[in-house]
Amino acid sequence: MTFMIPKLPLAHSIDVMLDWLTTHISFITKAFSHGISVLIDGMVHGLLWLPPWLLIAAVALLAWRAAGWRVALGSLVGLLLLWNLRLWSATVETFTLVLISTLIAVAVGLPLGIAAALSKRTARVVMPILDFMQTMPAFVYLIPAIPFFGLGAVSASVATVIFATPPTIRLTVLGIRQVPKDLIEAADAFGSTRRQKLFKVQLPMAVPTIMAGVNQTVMLSLSMVVIAAMIGAGGLGGEVWRAIQRLEPGKGFEAGIAIVILAMILDRITQRIGRDPSARESGQ
Amino acid sequence: MQKIRVEHLTKVFGPHPEQALRLLDAGKSNADIRKTGHAVGIADVSFDVEEGELLVIMGLSGSGKSTLLRCLNLLNVPSRGSIFVDGEDVTRHGREQLLDFRRRKISMVFQHFALFPHRSVADNAAYGLEVQGVAPDERRARAVEALELVGLKGWEDARPNQLSGGMQQRVGLARALAVKSDILLMDEAFSALDPLIRRDMQQELASLQRRMKKTIVFITHDLDEALQIGDRIVLMKDGRVVQIGTPEEILNHPADAYVERFVENVDMSRVLTANTVMGRAREVAHPQDGPRTVLRKMTEGSDTSMLVVERDHTLLGSVTLDALDAAVSEGRKDIVALIQRDAPTLDPDTPLTDIINLMAEWPYRLPVVDDQHKLLGVVTRPRVINALAQSRATVAEPAERSANA
Repeated sequence: MTFMIPKLPLAHSIDVMLDWLTTHISFITKAFSHGISVLIDGMVHGLLWLPPWLLIAAVALLAWRAAGWRVALGSLVGLLLLWNLRLWSATVETFTLVLISTLIAVAVGLPLGIAAALSKRTARVVMPILDFMQTMPAFVYLIPAIPFFGLGAVSASVATVIFATPPTIRLTVLGIRQVPKDLIEAADAFGSTRRQKLFKVQLPMAVPTIMAGVNQTVMLSLSMVVIAAMIGAGGLGGEVWRAIQRLEPGKGFEAGIAIVILAMILDRITQRIGRDPSARESGQ
Repeated sequence: MQKIRVEHLTKVFGPHPEQALRLLDAGKSNADIRKTGHAVGIADVSFDVEEGELLVIMGLSGSGKSTLLRCLNLLNVPSRGSIFVDGEDVTRHGREQLLDFRRRKISMVFQHFALFPHRSVADNAAYGLEVQGVAPDERRARAVEALELVGLKGWEDARPNQLSGGMQQRVGLARALAVKSDILLMDEAFSALDPLIRRDMQQELASLQRRMKKTIVFITHDLDEALQIGDRIVLMKDGRVVQIGTPEEILNHPADAYVERFVENVDMSRVLTANTVMGRAREVAHPQDGPRTVLRKMTEGSDTSMLVVERDHTLLGSVTLDALDAAVSEGRKDIVALIQRDAPTLDPDTPLTDIINLMAEWPYRLPVVDDQHKLLGVVTRPRVINALAQSRATVAEPAERSANA
């Protein structure tokens, strides 16, 4: 059966729009791209310049301070394994990509989340966009990212940011909205301005929820690294991608396990940051 | 002096308040207005609060008392009417004036404490000062001072969740006291506490009030509490004021059947005091009397003990029948050595509940004395029982009459 109405030129119009954008604003995005790639390269080189054992010790120490000795021991063993598998530089590249994507995602997501929590009108605009960002297959972002940001890590991190920001926004909104009504009343009753209410009551009380969102953002960024490898992001995703192309299941698993280890370390540490220390004592 | 004057205050909730106000003016009932998707919080409420007065606003849930209280610091913006505080209409305040009013003039204590869980006890108490922009050292000092006032010295660095309910509400009170505002709004402040702690807090509030002379508007649904602490009571029903008066006026002259029904269930033992139940001490002994004289007075009064007073009515203590008998058989001539000087005495204000407790331990009549220790009267068991029985009868009677009519 065929439609009587001719096919709407949706694909064509999107292409035309993207072409137009590419020719007119790509000089901005390219400059941005250059800045970010300098940042990423600098950080990767910096971290690789440090001896791996020092970095491993530092991560284990951080894990111990933030999440206790079990996580610290796990991190230590896991990272030593990665080093031994000769995946150290790929791990550092991936970690850097995740870190920078997460920082950008939080820098964008937190203010947007606050705005959407405080204003119903903003929420009505932002929420459908979040749905769109999260459900659109992540591959699709990669295609237009290339003309704007070029092949490589920057395009990957831009696609990653688009894919990974929504949880930070959503959970910031949730965290602020779930502050009990009588605490808001108390803040108002003592004459707080909106800014004082936000910074002294709403945000501090939302921190555990916001951190849960940031944790999700980190995990989503990590899940993008393999996909991003298709446009030359390198890192552990690159190892997996190469193994797929050469049909080397062993190497593929090595890199896959490395991603899992990195994911677990990042997850356990970010889960604990921002949690109320008194809540941990009483076992909540 | 008048501190707060509320004039024709009305608050309706809903999408089109003007429409609901028109219906209200047309004399529609709350139920009719609810059908239009609006709710009447309070309707045409007027009253005033004197400086240093503790005014209780009392009513069942849904009577609009919380809405009314939240209008006083504009957490609820009134739909109509005026609130004058120190002669200024606060409903006309702009944003800056309103902040200043809330920061310096009026503070609030909440039913479920509303403490900030992420702040220490001292930082909670200092919150009001912090938003005023008081320097850290000074606000810490003033918060510690306020915490000391409510008996929480030494808990400054604890977290609210480490404290019991009663202690948490003390923090809530300290937070309100620390800003040194003239007016204190208390929203069912003691309702979430268990009964014993509630009574402690009521007494503590009374003693704080004697020292600080704040103007307090206190909300409760508990008439016993209202009668206990209120200088005057505003009784509310369906968003309207039913009666305003002192506890005695409300008990003795209920304005209508609704108030009567309320008053019916009052625990009279907490309302009546020694002053109202005591009788005249007909027979008393004097220290100059001999044992035989006292024994004769006693048989006339058929008692097992007798109060001993000076000529100027200063109470010395009491002598018992057994002690007098022994003295007579030993042939002693005076009773001064026999006087028990540690016998319990009552204030005119001692509530009946406390008297009943005392009577369980002390079998003899209880003397009521003034602050110079002069004997005013005595409270006996029959008088207590009588007073309780009569108070039931007087409040039950009009209720029955209205039921028959």
